[in-house]
Amino acid sequence: MFQNLSERLETAFKNLKGEARITDLNIANTVKDIRRALIDADVNYKIAKEFTDKIKEKAMGEKVLNAISPGQLMVKIVQDELTELMGGQEAEFNISGNPAVILIAGLQGSGKTTFTGKLANYLKTKKGKSPLVVAADIYRPAAIDQLTVLAGQIGVDIYAERENKDAVAIALNAIKQAKATNKNVVIIDTAGRLAVDEAMMTEVANIKAAVNPAEILFVVDSMTGQDAVNTAKAFNDRLDFSGVVLTKLDGDTRGGAALTIQYTVNKPVKFVSSGEKMETLDVFYPARMAQRILGMGDIASLVEKA
Amino acid sequence: QKTKEGFLSKITKAIAGKSTVDEEVLDNLEDALVGADVGIDTTIQIIKRIEARVSRDKYLGSGELNRILQEEIQQVLVDAPEQSYRNFETPAGIKPYVILVVGVNGVGKTTTIGKLAHNYKKAGHEVILGAADTFRAAAVDQLTIWSERVGVPIVKQAMGSDPSAVAFDTVQSAVAKNAGVVIIDTAGRLHNKAHLMEELGKIKRVIRKVIPDAPHEVLLVLDGSTGQNALEQARQFTAATDVSALAITKLDGTAKGGVVLAIANQLKIPVKYIGVGEKMEDLLIFDKHEFVDSLFKAD
Ligand SMILES: Nc1nc2c(ncn2[C@@H]2O[C@H](COP(=O)(O)OP(=O)(O)OP(=O)(O)O)[C@@H](O)[C@H]2O)c(=O)[nH]1
Ligand SMILES: Nc1nc2c(ncn2[C@@H]2O[C@H](COP(=O)(O)OP(=O)(O)OP(=O)(O)O)[C@@H](O)[C@H]2O)c(=O)[nH]1
Ligand SMILES: [Mg+2]
Ligand SMILES: [Mg+2]
Repeated sequence: MFQNLSERLETAFKNLKGEARITDLNIANTVKDIRRALIDADVNYKIAKEFTDKIKEKAMGEKVLNAISPGQLMVKIVQDELTELMGGQEAEFNISGNPAVILIAGLQGSGKTTFTGKLANYLKTKKGKSPLVVAADIYRPAAIDQLTVLAGQIGVDIYAERENKDAVAIALNAIKQAKATNKNVVIIDTAGRLAVDEAMMTEVANIKAAVNPAEILFVVDSMTGQDAVNTAKAFNDRLDFSGVVLTKLDGDTRGGAALTIQYTVNKPVKFVSSGEKMETLDVFYPARMAQRILGMGDIASLVEKA
Repeated sequence: QKTKEGFLSKITKAIAGKSTVDEEVLDNLEDALVGADVGIDTTIQIIKRIEARVSRDKYLGSGELNRILQEEIQQVLVDAPEQSYRNFETPAGIKPYVILVVGVNGVGKTTTIGKLAHNYKKAGHEVILGAADTFRAAAVDQLTIWSERVGVPIVKQAMGSDPSAVAFDTVQSAVAKNAGVVIIDTAGRLHNKAHLMEELGKIKRVIRKVIPDAPHEVLLVLDGSTGQNALEQARQFTAATDVSALAITKLDGTAKGGVVLAIANQLKIPVKYIGVGEKMEDLLIFDKHEFVDSLFKAD
């Protein structure tokens, strides 16, 4: 797609050099190409349409500098808009409170447990906190063992109750334990759940109500397709989460789900997970993500070349 | 859960009572397919075929229109060359039947193995599991719990040991016990990591030292909520291991898994199983008809 979009832009440049302003006509194909690039990147098709329509509106009548074509200017506007949309929110991370409680939630296999370990490691090594991780997944086979292994790797304490089948009670007991042992951050790993699973969505809402979290993070696989809109909305409706974690960005997915989610719930991406090792936790760079979704390198350099 | 309504009632959203193939029908069809993760290229191909078959604005009974749409979409999907899997039978003359399960991280490989083991056991086979994910935290514990749940033996080694050594042991033990089915779990790996993909090749080669024509099935597990990246997964895993079949998981949610149409279209790999839950009973044999139906189910 990178090739594709850049090549088409080159053509657009040749054909339209000299046009002074962006008009409906001279960007019609570019808008189509951009929309297609977004859908290829897994941006929800309805959002891709709304987004490009909005941007077209915005670009209309805009003056074209003589160095670039209207098509290129249009792509630049898209990229700026995309960057702003994804970075518009202040992405502070709230670890006030003693202990500060952080609730982790998301679909099955999205990377919650791994992220729980990474976050604990980050808070311990970079922020000087003493975290307690909590295994509140009472369903998945060996979920407790998994978090135990990760906690061991990073040298952080874990709270688990193998016989307790009440995730809310486990979470509350963990907070008591944290207070008793001077832990100042409690990270609660929960079971994966589908947004349509009423009983499970109620469970996580109950955990939230019981523990009053400082942060609720929605962990989402960056390879997610069109359904990201449903999932993000459903989790946000139930939890009003405070931030998003994008996982598995070490893959080669374009990650359009990031845009879908921003557009749908307008919550900041607070962390990026890009590997299986405990150190692979990154902050989020909106501009890089915008470029990745659009499937092209730095537009600015393209513009300079022209 | 999947409903049993027919195509006719579900496609309503896409073609809302239409009986002529006009621009609007095609646009709605396009939205339904793209919105189900089928991807633009395959969607355009399907639409072109429909256009070629029925000229635009031609009147059809709505039943006939639905049948044509259903047929054209189904046609993209490929059938497995051998159908015994539908009853969890193994192909005649192959014993043990060795299944290697591969895929990216967290898609549902280990769970699918638990479900397959349950079904093969129920069908009367002696099943052995191989815990060749020695990397992910507690992966062996997880498969061990599945082996206990289902009541089948597992071959395992310590965490961190060589996955191909585990695979070798498992197959050798199956031969020694005259077992019917061997299912080998592997660690999740992203397809753009060359060294991890190479490890799969090694596992295959080592299995072949025991049984030259094994593995008889390389099952690529895909998460049903994954978008267009699944196509690249299928491409890369096929390049590394000759994937012979697909399983799509997590179709008990609202995701449609339509990207398998793109995979079938480009790579001709059949889908054999779908996962519809986390319990061992939650595995279904892929049914083209129901799948195409579900693509048009309203959210
Ligand atoms: N490559 C890569 N793998 C990851 C990343 N995050 C998690 N994983 C892997 O993805 C798989 C699933 O991760 P988990 O942390 O178990 O996911 P989960 O959301 O806790 O899963 P459930 O509890 O079953 O819902 C594991 O194999 C992890 O090692 C990442 O950023 N990159
Ligand atoms: N709802 C639902 N959840 C599923 C399905 N299949 C698997 N899961 C869940 O998805 C999560 C990941 O499943 P695993 O079987 O551990 O996935 P994996 O591919 O082995 O993961 P790694 O080994 O870490 O790469 C678990 O929470 C499973 O219970 C399914 O069909 N439906
Ligand atoms: Mg987990
Ligand atoms: Mg596994």
